[in-house]
Amino acid sequence: MENKCIMKVENLTKVFTSGIIAGEKTLAVKDVSFKMDQGKVISLIGESGSGKTTIGRLILKLLKPTEGKLYYNGQDITDINSKREKKAYYKKVQAIFQDPFSSFNPLFRIDRIFNMLFNSFMKDVKDRESMIEEALESVNLNPKRILNKFPHQLSGGQLQRLLIARALLLEVDILIADELISMLDASTRIGVLNLLVELCKKNGMTVLFITHDLNLGYYISDITLIMYKGRLVEKGDTKSIYENPVHPYTQMLFESIPEIGNRWDKNVEFLPETVINDVKQFYKTNTGQGFKEVEPEHMVLFSE
Amino acid sequence: MAKSEFWKKHENLYFAVTNGKVIFGLIIFMSILALAIFGPMFAKYDYEEFAGPGYMPPSKDFWFGTTLMGKDVFTRVVYGLRSTFVVGFVGGTIATFVGLIIGFLAGYYSGKLTDEVLMMITNIFLVIPTLALLIILSAYLPYRGILSQSIIIGLTAWTWTARAVRSQTMSLKNQEFVNLSRISAAPVTKIIAEDIAANMFSYVFMVYIIQFTGTILAAVSLEFLGLGPTQGISLGLVMQNAVNWNAIQLGLWWWAILPGLLLTILIVSLYFINTGLDEVFNPRLREM
Amino acid sequence: MSENVLEIKDLKAYYKILKGDVKALDGVTFNVKRGEILGIAGESGCGKSTLASALILRKKPLQYVSGEAKLLGTDIMKLPEKQFKKMRLKNISIIPQYALDAFSPTKKIRIFISDLVREHGIRPNRKFFKKVEERLDMINLDPSALDRYSIELSGGMKQRMIMIISTILDPDFIIADEITSALDVSSQRFVANMLVKLRDEGITGSAIFITHDLSILYQIAERIMIMYAGHFAEIGPTDEIVSNPRHPYTKALIGSLPQVGIQYKENRLSGIKGTPPHLLNIGEGCRFRFRCPYKTSKCEETPQMERITDNHFVSCWHWKENFSDINTSGGEKDGE
Repeated sequence: MENKCIMKVENLTKVFTSGIIAGEKTLAVKDVSFKMDQGKVISLIGESGSGKTTIGRLILKLLKPTEGKLYYNGQDITDINSKREKKAYYKKVQAIFQDPFSSFNPLFRIDRIFNMLFNSFMKDVKDRESMIEEALESVNLNPKRILNKFPHQLSGGQLQRLLIARALLLEVDILIADELISMLDASTRIGVLNLLVELCKKNGMTVLFITHDLNLGYYISDITLIMYKGRLVEKGDTKSIYENPVHPYTQMLFESIPEIGNRWDKNVEFLPETVINDVKQFYKTNTGQGFKEVEPEHMVLFSE
Repeated sequence: MAKSEFWKKHENLYFAVTNGKVIFGLIIFMSILALAIFGPMFAKYDYEEFAGPGYMPPSKDFWFGTTLMGKDVFTRVVYGLRSTFVVGFVGGTIATFVGLIIGFLAGYYSGKLTDEVLMMITNIFLVIPTLALLIILSAYLPYRGILSQSIIIGLTAWTWTARAVRSQTMSLKNQEFVNLSRISAAPVTKIIAEDIAANMFSYVFMVYIIQFTGTILAAVSLEFLGLGPTQGISLGLVMQNAVNWNAIQLGLWWWAILPGLLLTILIVSLYFINTGLDEVFNPRLREM
Repeated sequence: MSENVLEIKDLKAYYKILKGDVKALDGVTFNVKRGEILGIAGESGCGKSTLASALILRKKPLQYVSGEAKLLGTDIMKLPEKQFKKMRLKNISIIPQYALDAFSPTKKIRIFISDLVREHGIRPNRKFFKKVEERLDMINLDPSALDRYSIELSGGMKQRMIMIISTILDPDFIIADEITSALDVSSQRFVANMLVKLRDEGITGSAIFITHDLSILYQIAERIMIMYAGHFAEIGPTDEIVSNPRHPYTKALIGSLPQVGIQYKENRLSGIKGTPPHLLNIGEGCRFRFRCPYKTSKCEETPQMERITDNHFVSCWHWKENFSDINTSGGEKDGE
């Protein structure tokens, strides 16, 4: 069964310049291409500085790509700039960010985030209240106890659920979840994560789950993308990547995960610095091969 | 019971009104302001009037003594205080306002051309020796009133505010709620007003106090150099006269020191208010 | 015979604020043996960081309320600040979490170290710096790093550097406070192993490793203590805690950890519903009872610490019962 490709990212590159007059350039993302099929959960995994957050912001049009193209539902949305076009886009593509406390303006009550949506996208709706209540109940929040509160009166988990409810209100196609649970406690995380996946499957929503936590990625995603220093180094079906990692960086990542029931080998000298050399060596040995398939639905970057 | 419930809810307000420094500073500031507003009503003389014999120390008739020529120092001081306050309010407001707009635009469009250009202008103004500029401007103007003095000072004092506001704006812009507003397709004006400006209020309040103080001091410096308003009286002028006539050497300490002391107390009171407010708005600085 | 380096008995420390007392650390008892690494795990608000603060930093508004903390026989909670200052860095030291904030940004690292040890009565001479360079070699850093500013190092390097600096006087006891939490996963393994190496080579005597990450504790701690909302929940040997947890919270916590091999579609993990209670003016009783599926009226009374084995203690009225329906998939992976 062919899944519809709902978002396509093609050769995306982003260079940050600081200062127009004496600019210093930082390459955040280089030549990244992947596609997102409808209804799937895709995790974008990388450490700090890998460029994963930048990809999220590029897809959200919070940043402009230096090179490359973005396609939503087959339509080229790379250069859309007008208010009208952006509105149409945001009606279908939304996000939840990492820090729940930073996502709410501390001066206003939390219902503001819903009202902003109505004012922008659903002006004609008469009964806002019942729609909001329904959204809150679907994320297991009690509207009567939550709606008139200020952000600082609620917990991180509750705030993240509110943000999920917000995305559901709009019935979006694509949700970018940028490290959405990394600031939550372990016991709250699973609850929020389960909710997210359940609602996605129910509404056919596609989720791009950006994280540095490999275990979480394995738990919820169908497809996994691994990023290292701005490049997409491995991508494919989650199970095949975890069972058969090919790129040295991916291999190093797996070796570093602490697992209960599996003790690290004490005799192995594990240095994070060696991975840089390993990757360089890998690219050297495989010059010219580029991005290649190793097994169905599993692609690896063999050389730059 | 209801009263303490009220305070628990409005925690910030509680800290503002119970902070020792704020109360202390506020009392002194209000007293001096009252002196400036009501003082002249109690003054028995006019500030240019030759009220009595010169060289008189503080007494029942002349609360702050008289100048060498016989003018009443108290009258001169309280009228001078009035113009000092005017300069502070007008100049401070202009400086804050200009700094706010420039700093805000530069911060909101940081990294882009607007930011670069505005910051270049700011840096140029920063590097110009303000006092020298003020001296030159003042020397060339045929007529210098209190208002024009305030305006000139205000227009050169904004640079610090601009930089401070810019960095605040930049840090606020990186808060996720701004991004959330953007992807909610909220109009830009709404984002600026509600997300950024509203969260800077306490900061701007404190900035205003600093500008107020700075303007007053700049004005006094000018007056001290003889470049004050050509008409009217000001604290700096009183002190300048005192110095010109060698008040200290001649023993008329009240003429030179009293106005300066009053000015210092005023500035210090504002400093206390500001430091206290810093503790109020910044919970980490509070000593519990 | 292993003696105890640290003996904590019913330690209480509260944050005294305007509205009342935040009972962040409310009666914790445990020991740390010589040469052991004790892991302290728990979520935010459990009191683990308060424990670290109470033992070493002691800043207002945190106030010591009652209980003892005996380090090598001396009750450090009752020591006046002047005397305790002498013990800091030499007998007891802390490796802080945010290595970023630990350094003075305007001092070269060499100067920073010199200033620090001078305050503790050590002369930063050539012999001393030779020792520093040996340690640097352990963490795979070049001696030239000493002549750099902290801003020139990466996050992982800074954390390693601060580990060396905090242990430079070979303290008997160190507190490692969330030292891996802010690091990338590749640096985490190295830093965690470094903690073990420092202990193995005799540079540090014993350590408590505070973190929310149970999986890392499994790798390097001999015993694990679980804290919840300021109370002690359970303590025991690592393998036993992971395979046979007796406190409902421990069980639920282990069950909510995603591991490679568990996918949502096949095996749904269950988290714990609800959130930890607010500790402001909190009353008596088990603090987990609001979220515990096994609570009874007995739980309104604060549970006592009970002995399961000589090494395994728990603080729950119902530990003897069999919680068969909480997911314990975390323990079954041994030998895979």
